[in-house]
Amino acid sequence: MRTADDEVDTLRDLLSGAEAGSTPLLPLLQAVKQRVGHVSPGAIRMVAQALNLSRAEVHGVVSFYGDLREAPVGRHVVQVCMAEACQSVGCRALMRHAAQALGVSAGTTTSDGRVHLEAVYCLGNCALGPAVRIGDRVHGAVTPARFDALIAQLGGTA
Amino acid sequence: MLFLPADTGAVSVGADDVAAAIEACSISQALDVRIVRTGSRGAYWLEPLLEVATPAGRIGFANLSAGDVPALFAAGVPTGAHPSCLGLVDALPWLRQQQRLTFARAGIIDPLSLSDYRDTGGLAGLERARALAPQAIIHEVVASGLRGRGGAAFPAGLKWQTVHDTPAAVRYVVCNADEGDSGTFADRLLIEADPMQLIEGMAIAARAVGAAQGFIYLRSEYPLAARTLDRALHVAREAGVLGDGFDIAVRLGGGAYICGEETALLESLEGRRGVVRAKPPLPAREGLFGQPTVINNVLTFAAVTEVLARGGAAYAGHGVDRSRGTMPFQLAGNVTRGGLVEVPFGITVRALVEGFGGGCASGRPMKAVQVGGPLGAYLPESQWDAPLAYESMAAIGAMLGHGGVVVFDDTADMGEQAQFAMEFCAHESCGKCTPCRIGSTRGAEVIGRLRRGESVAASRALLDDLCETMELGSLCALGGLTPMPVRSVLRYFGHELVPAMPAPLGEEVPA
Ligand SMILES: Cc1cc2nc3c(=O)[nH]c(=O)nc-3n(C[C@H](O)[C@H](O)[C@H](O)COP(=O)(O)O)c2cc1C
Ligand code: SF4
Ligand code: FES
Repeated sequence: MRTADDEVDTLRDLLSGAEAGSTPLLPLLQAVKQRVGHVSPGAIRMVAQALNLSRAEVHGVVSFYGDLREAPVGRHVVQVCMAEACQSVGCRALMRHAAQALGVSAGTTTSDGRVHLEAVYCLGNCALGPAVRIGDRVHGAVTPARFDALIAQLGGTA
Repeated sequence: MLFLPADTGAVSVGADDVAAAIEACSISQALDVRIVRTGSRGAYWLEPLLEVATPAGRIGFANLSAGDVPALFAAGVPTGAHPSCLGLVDALPWLRQQQRLTFARAGIIDPLSLSDYRDTGGLAGLERARALAPQAIIHEVVASGLRGRGGAAFPAGLKWQTVHDTPAAVRYVVCNADEGDSGTFADRLLIEADPMQLIEGMAIAARAVGAAQGFIYLRSEYPLAARTLDRALHVAREAGVLGDGFDIAVRLGGGAYICGEETALLESLEGRRGVVRAKPPLPAREGLFGQPTVINNVLTFAAVTEVLARGGAAYAGHGVDRSRGTMPFQLAGNVTRGGLVEVPFGITVRALVEGFGGGCASGRPMKAVQVGGPLGAYLPESQWDAPLAYESMAAIGAMLGHGGVVVFDDTADMGEQAQFAMEFCAHESCGKCTPCRIGSTRGAEVIGRLRRGESVAASRALLDDLCETMELGSLCALGGLTPMPVRSVLRYFGHELVPAMPAPLGEEVPA
């Protein structure tokens, strides 16, 4: 289990190489998200201080980009593509199934914190839809049964 | 030698599992096989597609799953005698009928092997460019008639000339690899199958305009492409393709569609919110960090390698009107043979979706084809004989965009599609203009009312009004073109959107 102290250490580590005016903000925030899982208000404060930016400025960037969330979500992020090509092969029904099977609505996390379900608009797998991304893996031609199998394979605590 | 794609699409339907099963099989049977993990040929309807080298050429085994592997390899490496054999992959009509310039190597070579790349004609363009004066390089690009493949179709040569002519100490080359349109995957496919071509094209551009630093802005939805690109850049640096006065860095996007718009992309690269900048100044004059910047799509840079290798005139020899060269169309959605189809401009929608695509994967009748991504029109069968070229699409109130072609069968609810167009705009708006930010939300609500048959006449009038306001009052094409799919639904499928309304086929004024 990650503690707040771990987070601060990770941030110090990432920020030690960062300098005001020369380090690009977005890649730094992406690195924070990569390592910590989200960009917390505390992280925003530390990043702003290190780069000599205002907190509002950093917060504005974090809130603009869908990838950079401010609060932790589930251990596994499951993205269902909801864009046109996937719509034409039934992603709306797949999303309804996913929501029901997990007992959550799109954009929320299961109560045990295991799975965060969200909509995404195109994974570049449009000839093999419906497409679902779990972690860094994209799955194609996903049926409700295949979706259930993919979810079943996810570890409980990984 | 065996060839199996490591492309996102192929892997999404089990290519890695097939590779693992082949490894296991070759160990247990003591077979001496090497698997080269290629990119995809773009024949996604055949993936995972295993190819086996034979003296006659590569023969293919399509739609494999890991479970098929033991039987397939039971008698050693599979040969043409095996019942599931497709025969020579190059002889498949679906591939033979294409004219691949940009995607000629895709799925054939090892994407990370510079010697494969060179052996198949790679680097010839850069070598020629290195022997030419910058102005002579730009002349070739102008002569090719190449227009940007990202969507706006701006002449590439003109853009490069402007960057070249703008006085500055520092100039940049930026590749737009944000590929946010639904139904498009050609940029990703190229990066995963033939990344050296992109690197070469950017190096040519850098030489033409005198840039020392390049950036590739890649969307974060493409993790596999990101890995391939990082490795390819490393290989290119080691071999001296890069590094000698020009280098390229990769930056990942943050999951915002609007960052595909070039000025929003530059804002994002500079570390800010991806908010669209007013033009002028054009990025070619004041782009990244205020310096003159060439910003082109992945496929535009890739096409430049061919333009330099064989000359601008040869490239201009393909196509129709002012749509020169070939266009990689991406056939997606509810279609039997989906994938990448590179042909000269001018092929009809019907030839693409029926000829190459083979109709709907569901086996049901085709109803609508959306061309050009989420901002493109939905075309009914009466428009499928239109040629796919910039001018002919504009003439019917449609656009080519990045070449995405998405097929829908007769179960599609066109009212739902129109509503989604507005919702997508509302979701992705950068927030700078009111018509786009607020109008799209109102638009989705009004379409919802129409679909429920509430105050039809008033809602209809309001929707027309909203569309016009968005078209006229938006700074960029997100707000300005969202009415295009909406109007196409009203025009061609209006009777479906509003069941109470009689079918006024073709009576609305096109956008
Ligand atoms: C809303 C919007 C989204 C866009 N998305 C992309 C994109 O994902 N990829 C791209 O290459 N161009 C995109 N463009 C077009 C770019 O603004 C720009 O025209 C292009 O990068 C220039 O390169 P090209 O001339 O080689 O096409 C988009 C434009 C708009 C208005
Ligand atoms: S039209 Fe929309 S996305 Fe484009 S600049 Fe205006 S608010 Fe931003
Ligand atoms: S539309 Fe779903 S992957 Fe592209």
